[in-house]
Amino acid sequence: MSDVEQRLRLALAPVEPPGTLTDRFERALTEITGAAVDELADWELRAMRDPRNWIRPAAAVVGGGLAGVTLLIVRTQLQRRRRGRSARALDRAVRDPARQVGRSVRDPARQLGRRLGR
Amino acid sequence: MTEAKSKARLDEEFSDLYRAHLRDVYSYAYYRIGNHHDAEDLTEQTFLQAYRHFERAQRESDGRPLRPWLIRIAHNLAANYHRDRSRRPQTQLEDAAVLPSGRGTEDVAEGRAELERLVAGVGALPDDRRDALIMRFALGMDNREIARALGRSEGATKVLIHRAIRQLEQTVKED
Repeated sequence: MSDVEQRLRLALAPVEPPGTLTDRFERALTEITGAAVDELADWELRAMRDPRNWIRPAAAVVGGGLAGVTLLIVRTQLQRRRRGRSARALDRAVRDPARQVGRSVRDPARQLGRRLGR
Repeated sequence: MTEAKSKARLDEEFSDLYRAHLRDVYSYAYYRIGNHHDAEDLTEQTFLQAYRHFERAQRESDGRPLRPWLIRIAHNLAANYHRDRSRRPQTQLEDAAVLPSGRGTEDVAEGRAELERLVAGVGALPDDRRDALIMRFALGMDNREIARALGRSEGATKVLIHRAIRQLEQTVKED
């Protein structure tokens, strides 16, 4: 280590901070965190009083409402479709055996008629 | 509950950081600014800013010591301080540097004057050289730490310190 370096160590010796600095810092920190909490609470209240800030919640309500209505429409359509399908199925279920019965009666009668006609 | 707990732990860790490096930050501020009053302000501002970004700094430090980060904050604030108030650091410090004991009155006076010249010489160096010397000799930081605080490579920092010492030697000789 050179002579200048040794002298620099003496010249630039660490400096002890005053004891009051820590108290001062703690106070500043408390004020800042306290102010931040107050500001946040105050901002929330102020924000609710300002009609310009109602746009977002209003938009959310409208958006939510629209989504609800859309959901309702979709559900109704689905139900209607389902109902339509089951009604058709029921109709088919009733009609088909009747046709079957009619066919089974008509067909042997026709065959018999054909045979007799010959 | 978990959030409150982690906040409490974070505050505790910040307290540890504060206690461990208060003297470093204050010493840096004092030698950089030149008076106790503004050094106190700068130290307070440094720790307040550090507190705001502590969580992120911890996350990004990857376990490395946070002293260079703290000194970098002080370094930037000191630069703003001089820019905003158009001040230059005072070369005449309020207190005389610590002198070795066991000397006669004349020796002490001579030694004091010599050290004051040296401190004045440090103050007259270009900003980056002056800061590097303060970090090395007042704070005892190694090249790696100084490099991180100044945002330079280790090699560039080594060269910077070497040149600063040579320039200071030259200045002292000329006086």
